[in-house]
Amino acid sequence: MSSGIEALVNREYAYGFVTDVETDTVPAGLNEDVIRTISAKKNEPEFMLEWRLKAYRRWLTMKEPHWGNVRYPPIDYNSLVYYSAPKSVKPLQSLDEVDPELLRTYQKLGISLNEQKMLAGVAVDAIFDSVSVGTTMREELGKLGIIFCSFGEAIQTHPDLVEKYLGTVVPHSDNFFAALNAAVFSDGSFAYVPKGVKCPMELSTYFRINSKNTGQFERTLIIADEGASVSYLEGCTAPKRDENQLHAAVVELIALDNASVKYSTVQNWYSGDAEGRGGIYNFVTKRGKAAGVNSKISWTQVETGSAITWKYPSVILQGDNSTGEFYSVAVVNRKQQADTGTKMIHIGKNTKSTIVSKGISAGQGNNSYRGLVRVLPKAEGARNYTQCDSMLIGNNCGAHTFPYIEVQNNTATLEHEASTSKIGEDQIFYCKQRGLSAEHAVSMIVSGFCREVFKELPMEFAVEAQQLLGITLEGSVG
Amino acid sequence: MLSGTGSAQDHALPDIHSRQTGRSSVRRFTQYKQHSITGFVLEINDLHAGIGDREILRGITLKVNAGEVHAVMGPNGSGKSTLAQVLAGNPSYQVTKGTVRYNGLDLLEMDPEVRAQNGIFLAFQYPVEIPGVSIAYFLRSAYNEIRKANGQEEVDPLEFLDLVQDRLRLVDVDESMLSRSVNQGFSGGEKKRNEIFQMAVLSPRLAILDETDSGLDIDALRIVAEGVNKLRSPENATIVVTHYQRLLNYIIPDFVHVLANGRIVKSGGKELALELEEHGYDWVQNSAGVGAGAS
Ligand SMILES: Nc1ncnc2c1ncn2[C@@H]1O[C@H](COP(=O)(O)OP(=O)(O)O)[C@@H](O)[C@H]1O
Ligand SMILES: [Mg+2]
Repeated sequence: MSSGIEALVNREYAYGFVTDVETDTVPAGLNEDVIRTISAKKNEPEFMLEWRLKAYRRWLTMKEPHWGNVRYPPIDYNSLVYYSAPKSVKPLQSLDEVDPELLRTYQKLGISLNEQKMLAGVAVDAIFDSVSVGTTMREELGKLGIIFCSFGEAIQTHPDLVEKYLGTVVPHSDNFFAALNAAVFSDGSFAYVPKGVKCPMELSTYFRINSKNTGQFERTLIIADEGASVSYLEGCTAPKRDENQLHAAVVELIALDNASVKYSTVQNWYSGDAEGRGGIYNFVTKRGKAAGVNSKISWTQVETGSAITWKYPSVILQGDNSTGEFYSVAVVNRKQQADTGTKMIHIGKNTKSTIVSKGISAGQGNNSYRGLVRVLPKAEGARNYTQCDSMLIGNNCGAHTFPYIEVQNNTATLEHEASTSKIGEDQIFYCKQRGLSAEHAVSMIVSGFCREVFKELPMEFAVEAQQLLGITLEGSVG
Repeated sequence: MLSGTGSAQDHALPDIHSRQTGRSSVRRFTQYKQHSITGFVLEINDLHAGIGDREILRGITLKVNAGEVHAVMGPNGSGKSTLAQVLAGNPSYQVTKGTVRYNGLDLLEMDPEVRAQNGIFLAFQYPVEIPGVSIAYFLRSAYNEIRKANGQEEVDPLEFLDLVQDRLRLVDVDESMLSRSVNQGFSGGEKKRNEIFQMAVLSPRLAILDETDSGLDIDALRIVAEGVNKLRSPENATIVVTHYQRLLNYIIPDFVHVLANGRIVKSGGKELALELEEHGYDWVQNSAGVGAGAS
């Protein structure tokens, strides 16, 4: 696999469908042959194939989970195409074929025409700046010994690291969607920060070469070795359209002794038309292991997109004095459904976790917070603080909270605060009286409500997220 | 459209309700010389309004010219806040009859934000909390929204911080207040002061102060009143809504109106407020034939 600039440029030119195999496709449906083919096409070492097959066999014995507070028609897993080479995904011919709502949103976000096309899945013939930015960035990181590349590339260039850490946080057998991902995952990101290195910049998929269209089964693995720290940004604020309705990604984070990993997401997959048709089902497994002493894993997520969101970025607090954090804003409007939250599993002594969840429901959206705090017998002095707030806009939406607590050590301290508020007519009128439009008022009130989470985001990301929130909630008040 | 860019000397904030074309920095703008003043008029005619089936205002007629200060007094429940809210366009209230013209425009047809953009400001009797939104951000957004609506350029956060300094001093508010969430955890007095601070920044054409004196101790009352007085100018008008006379010792009204049962039962000059103080509201209600105990 070449990483020469020319090759990259050509890939982008071909609409960025990252591929190192020529254009054939695998027929729809899933069986061991399909998995062998995927692995072979990716030129993977034996251990990867074995792992995929193990996952697949396990997956066959599992049932799709339905405990989430979300509703959708049955998914026919045998009608999905699990390996699609570039040409099988037919790009649209022009922006005229794209949902006008979506285009309007792009305009509001100030996204260039070319970028609009790329996000909406229209064929483009422009070369993006991100290619050169990405290359420069990688050189700089390389000097520090930081590895930041696509998962596929990591398997080729650092198979030892992949073999050592893959599946150590989210095992191949973890859950139905994670097992499916393990069997068929296409690509994703890989980052390794060596001992004692503080990564000097935010790592972002947006700038990572090869990041375009990593597909519906994305897999990310981030490792901070002893004393290392890294902050990673996933996604971008612009809504992305995708041919594939089902997304089942897996993210694994590992922090060794005194290391920290901060992972921020702005998720804005296409949420479908006004009726929710065509929106993405985002069924994601994200988990971090604070494996070492004094280690820290921190999740921040702003979830505004997708028709259905099912994700619980979690932390296993294994090392003594380790810290886990989860800051979340989840917004649903129109017919969107979200069932999201976290799990904090306290294993080590004096482990500490913080959960701040802000759920906003508008339109006919349905928003559920689901969180588990588990304190195991050896977790002396464990502490958790949970704050879980819901805001309702209008009368046809729903907000639910499902907090679970399991404590097996009586030295643990747990604090839980929850609130539900309705965005008040009086608040909106107060803003309007000062000259602000209803939409501006709502986005301001909601941003205020989410402030504790936004302040965890990197600066520009926070500004964009705030703007995005306003757009997501457009039309939610008269 | 309202015109006139004049500002009193101690009223150095740019007038955001006048149209400005082309690029112009705030700094340059603040140095604008005073010229063409056109007074505006608010004409309320036989205004009836209420909530649901309940009629609260039963035929209010009132004319306010630029440069004037009107006091609207009356017992609790007489409809003072309702009048203020209806003028500001609160959708909870329905206007069932009558007209309100503002500068020749049909005020009742205008959305609340458009009224604000046209220079109408209401200092709320019960200011609303907006958790997590700083005053600086809130007020700058409002300021910019009004500027935009009047064809002027927006100001950035630093410019804004600069230009609110003298406004902070005017109502004796510490700069640290700017980073607090709007009205959240404010004492009653702080809320009222914050309303007047906002008014000072937005420099409205028509300010309606609804019970701004309640919750203020005497020192705060004096500061707020002085602030209001400094902002008085020939092209602005103020409607001071109050239950008590004491605010009117500091803000001297040109006219006093007494509201009872949704009607103006008596109007007069500033001396009317003193008479009221002496005789109580029953006196007007009786003398107006409205009947005691109507409150
Ligand atoms: N939101 C409301 N719902 C029902 N009645 C109201 C409402 N607001 C005011 N009223 C009634 O209208 C009357 C006038 O109220 P208000 O305008 O607040 O009087 P004031 O400000 O003079 O004390 C009172 O009898 C009050 O109870
Ligand atoms: Mg009142």
